[in-house]
Amino acid sequence: MNTTEGYFEGGAEPPFVVFTGNPGVRESLLFTGNPGKVCKMRFHIPNSAFLGNINHFLNGFDPSDPETLEISANLKWISVHPVVLCMIAAIGKPVRPENVSCEIVAKSGHYLKRMGLYDFLGIDSGIKVEEHEPAGRFIPLTQIQTSDNLTRFLTEMLPLLHLDPLYVQPIQYTISELVRNVLEHAYAPDGAILAAQYFKKSNTIRIGIVDTGIGIKESISDSYPASSDMHAIQLALTPGITGTTRRLGGSEQNAGAGLFFIKTIAYFNRDPFVIYSGSAMYKLLKRPKDGSIFLRGDPFADRHSKETNLPYWKGVVVGIDIGLTSTQRFANVLASVQDFYFRDLKQRKKAKYKRLKKPVFAA
Amino acid sequence: MKNGKEIAINMASSVGSFAENKDLARAIRREQILPALRDGKKVILDFYGVNSTTQSFVHALISELIRDFGTEVLDRIVFKSCNETVKKLVSIVIEYMQYEEEPTESEFDS
Repeated sequence: MNTTEGYFEGGAEPPFVVFTGNPGVRESLLFTGNPGKVCKMRFHIPNSAFLGNINHFLNGFDPSDPETLEISANLKWISVHPVVLCMIAAIGKPVRPENVSCEIVAKSGHYLKRMGLYDFLGIDSGIKVEEHEPAGRFIPLTQIQTSDNLTRFLTEMLPLLHLDPLYVQPIQYTISELVRNVLEHAYAPDGAILAAQYFKKSNTIRIGIVDTGIGIKESISDSYPASSDMHAIQLALTPGITGTTRRLGGSEQNAGAGLFFIKTIAYFNRDPFVIYSGSAMYKLLKRPKDGSIFLRGDPFADRHSKETNLPYWKGVVVGIDIGLTSTQRFANVLASVQDFYFRDLKQRKKAKYKRLKKPVFAA
Repeated sequence: MKNGKEIAINMASSVGSFAENKDLARAIRREQILPALRDGKKVILDFYGVNSTTQSFVHALISELIRDFGTEVLDRIVFKSCNETVKKLVSIVIEYMQYEEEPTESEFDS
């Protein structure tokens, strides 16, 4: 499609010119065939978009036309959470490269190039960057579509992060469980898109994992009727609830505990955690620094914020930060989870005293 | 295998140092653990070399065994050379599987 047709007849110059991915082809507005309406799927990358202030970025996302994608960014500088790039990559991947336009200044362009965004979108940015060894700094945008891909990724990821085993365990755990959720429940045509980056100033690893599958509401509704996207998120974060069965112990392959564990890792370490699906977003906020640790099954009982009227995201977006300064021993987190399960299950099932069998461990 | 009454399964050689692949967990359960239990053998799951695992992996490995054989099966499975993380995750899965029962219809409905 010649994108200057329709609104700019007779060779009139459009109001601004953006890079389209096709050298020599300039593009501005797309005529949609909808009289009076010019629209594109749009993302604007502000200069700052992290989990704490991501709402502004999300509210600026326009999913109206999935055939075309326009990306713009703050002209001075950008510093964003990897989940932002994952969202753009995930939604832009099925868009034909000639229908993707980027209005990005050089400085931001270099960052996006290093993170692999242009390659993901199949466009030639013309930006040349000197490839450095990424060890210890970031994991560029990566697509995972199979279980074996994931296992291989987790093995190869370790050297990229160059971290103490204390930090590796929760990071591996988080990525494994979130990506497996996508592979098993999302029916996402492109699988899971993820990226991670180490931020030196805050000494934090930030991770984004995104899919464009059926979303939580449709997935969980196979077993539990969810009245809204937010209700579906609430159910998905509640331990013991899975879309595969209503049975308390779960199915052969699923127990409905994955997201609860990940929320718990974030809660325990006082890290933010965001999950967005459909038009709803749940954000776990940091627990008070001197507050006691008390795990709860209902995510709404934790300190959190909610948005229920965001632009519709078909699929699931998860962003999590793992602060390396505050990270506690993973075994301590698990000990809390174990205490919680014991307390919660007894309460939920109104169980009388039950002598539980213990596993036999040998040295 | 030590003798005809028990088998030892080296987990690290099948799943690596981070035991997270549920497909492999299921394969080990179906192809090695289940036949051994049906033959009346004791099963030693040797986690030497496994640094970490996930709840999902452990669930895929053992939950169906508890469902099929009852909790008595735990007398015939030994979890060997587990580090603290693996021990915790095994204990969590075994604990919640013992509370398993059908939930009531209204419990989580909107």
